[in-house]
Amino acid sequence: MLRNLSQLIRYRGLIQSLVARELKARYRGSVLGFLWSFINPLLLLAIYSFIFTTIIPNQTKGLQPYALFMLCGILPWTWFSASLTEAAGSLIAGGNLIKKVLFPAEVLPIVSVLTNMVHFFLALPIVAAVLIAYRHWPDAAGLLWLPVVIGVQLVFTSGLALMLAALTVHFRDIRDILANVLMLWFFTTPIIYAWYQDEVAPYRRFFNVNPFTHLAVSYQEILFFPGPYDHWRWLLALAIFSVVTFLAGYWLFDRLRDSFAEVV
Amino acid sequence: MNAIELTDVTKVYRRYSGRQFATLKSALLQRSLMRDLEPREVFTALRDVSFSVPKGSTFGVIGRNGSGKSTALKLVAGITKPSSGNVAVAGRVSALIELGAGFHPEISGRENVFINGIMLGLTRKEIEQRFDEIVEFAELKEFIDAPVKTYSSGMYMRLGFAVAIHVNPDVLLVDEVLAVGDEGFTHKCLDKFAEFRRLGKTILLVTHSLGLVDRFCDRALWLDEGRVQAQGDPRRVVDAYLAAVEKTEGALLATTTAKAVAAVAEAPSPPPSPTAQPDSEIRDMFRAVEGRWGSREIEIADVALIDRSGQPAFVFHSGDPMSVRLKVVAHKPTKDFAFGVSLFNADGVCCYGTNTFIEEMDPLALEGEAEVTLAIDSLDLVEGTYKLDVAVHTCDGAPYDYHRQLYTFRMKSRTPDVGIYRPHHRWAFSSGVRFKPAKDGSR
Repeated sequence: MLRNLSQLIRYRGLIQSLVARELKARYRGSVLGFLWSFINPLLLLAIYSFIFTTIIPNQTKGLQPYALFMLCGILPWTWFSASLTEAAGSLIAGGNLIKKVLFPAEVLPIVSVLTNMVHFFLALPIVAAVLIAYRHWPDAAGLLWLPVVIGVQLVFTSGLALMLAALTVHFRDIRDILANVLMLWFFTTPIIYAWYQDEVAPYRRFFNVNPFTHLAVSYQEILFFPGPYDHWRWLLALAIFSVVTFLAGYWLFDRLRDSFAEVV
Repeated sequence: MNAIELTDVTKVYRRYSGRQFATLKSALLQRSLMRDLEPREVFTALRDVSFSVPKGSTFGVIGRNGSGKSTALKLVAGITKPSSGNVAVAGRVSALIELGAGFHPEISGRENVFINGIMLGLTRKEIEQRFDEIVEFAELKEFIDAPVKTYSSGMYMRLGFAVAIHVNPDVLLVDEVLAVGDEGFTHKCLDKFAEFRRLGKTILLVTHSLGLVDRFCDRALWLDEGRVQAQGDPRRVVDAYLAAVEKTEGALLATTTAKAVAAVAEAPSPPPSPTAQPDSEIRDMFRAVEGRWGSREIEIADVALIDRSGQPAFVFHSGDPMSVRLKVVAHKPTKDFAFGVSLFNADGVCCYGTNTFIEEMDPLALEGEAEVTLAIDSLDLVEGTYKLDVAVHTCDGAPYDYHRQLYTFRMKSRTPDVGIYRPHHRWAFSSGVRFKPAKDGSR
């Protein structure tokens, strides 16, 4: 397993060109092309702002401007959920490669995660623009934590993606189950509400076992809430958990690897 | 030194138990996730297969569909792992199994060449060096910047082939891919293979084109139902394979014939049909409809095609002798009878037909059981499937028993000549025309 894992680094050229291909192919033929990576989150922001500031105004103290608060959680969530959805189907979609070519299968789910990470990165300037528009200045020292948070999310998502990709080959239902699980997961994660809210307090223990809680809270603390980033203990714990998840995911993937070419 | 070596390789494909029914949920509920991933039904694609391909040689693998050829190739390519036994391959492998696997339809041929090349193990730099050569080989200069989805399937395959062959492998695996292009491209591929041979590279060729194996390979292997049936000299292996194919083909034709005969026997004896009229019968000769009709006063009880050795057979070689043997039963003695036989090809064209009346044989008497044989000294037909009409009728054509195209046989030929009839022939040339000496035992 470890040998295979070290191979992964050798595939970086392949991963790189596949990610580039996915990005190119996604917008090939559309008039606005890459602009969609900006437009999508922008439209999302517009809708949420309209609903939660005009239709059902969210007046929770400390969460203003609410649209910005939500954006901080939704963008990483989109990266996460889109990655998992795509990764789950990646081996089946790439069946031709696995069956007919000597191809390192683990590359496929990882490409799904990285492609969506690029979309996430492309949306970050929008966050910056909104921050500037609201004159909402995040803590400079806290910003240094941002790459760490992103790194943890990358490792965690990749681990889950490997697991899901491998299992979906055998259990096609996972793709449908996943859509529902992700929906539930979204609402049980403090993204459209805050972990700090009094209403959350009685359930906080349950929230704390949800790994994405700590990612969402980290993004919100770094980008939205004033003051220094003080969720880092949780983040470091999650970092360890993510590495374990990744290794477990890779182990499972490796174990099932030989069955892919036959079952896909 | 061997470039490829398989030792006692067995490959078992697993059919995962009830995969359609198992859901993750139930698997988790019953704590049977790992158990469900264990196989219950198995299919053995290869059984104790051993062969070795010396470095620099060309090795052909032949066999029927489903005989395990492609599995063997995938094992050599490393796409699947053997269930037991050992596969050893020395050097860089390029597999021409699925051409253009991994092309993305939306992006240009140029970008696909790069990505495909990287997938096949080249570096970006190596591809840049070979890019022009690849495009030229694929004959896609004008289209290389168009998205691959606009390519015709031939263009797609050519590009896939061009990339795969420019990987510069030590071992090239080819799975029935020569059928991708037009004649010109196929020749180019063969030239490329020849170049590979000159460069001392090893080629493993899986193909149904036996001529290619014969012409091209140093050694051959015949697989059947996952077992090695024969290996060694390509001509001997091909001949052994052909003999076996004929045998199964014969068995198949025997059942077809038996079924056709049984079908008309079961059907209620039809009333004298309008086709019994002599004039309409002639027209009917050119319409291929299976059937049996007639008054049955004289009955054809059995029809057999007899080969050179005196045995009933269904597969004949062009130029072989063939006898059509009819067993007839006359239910009452008669003086008015004629026997006829005609041959039809698969298009329903009558290749030859005759009867005793046309050949001016005057009937005298027929009673009880009798045997009638039409002996053909040399069956000079081209390759194909043929059907036989046999009949016994009165001299003016009213049928006693007419068997329309119930009997099928197959002609085999070493020469892919065309048409219907192969006259006995030979070529003669004056001086000034010269050919290379024919390969021994030319076929």
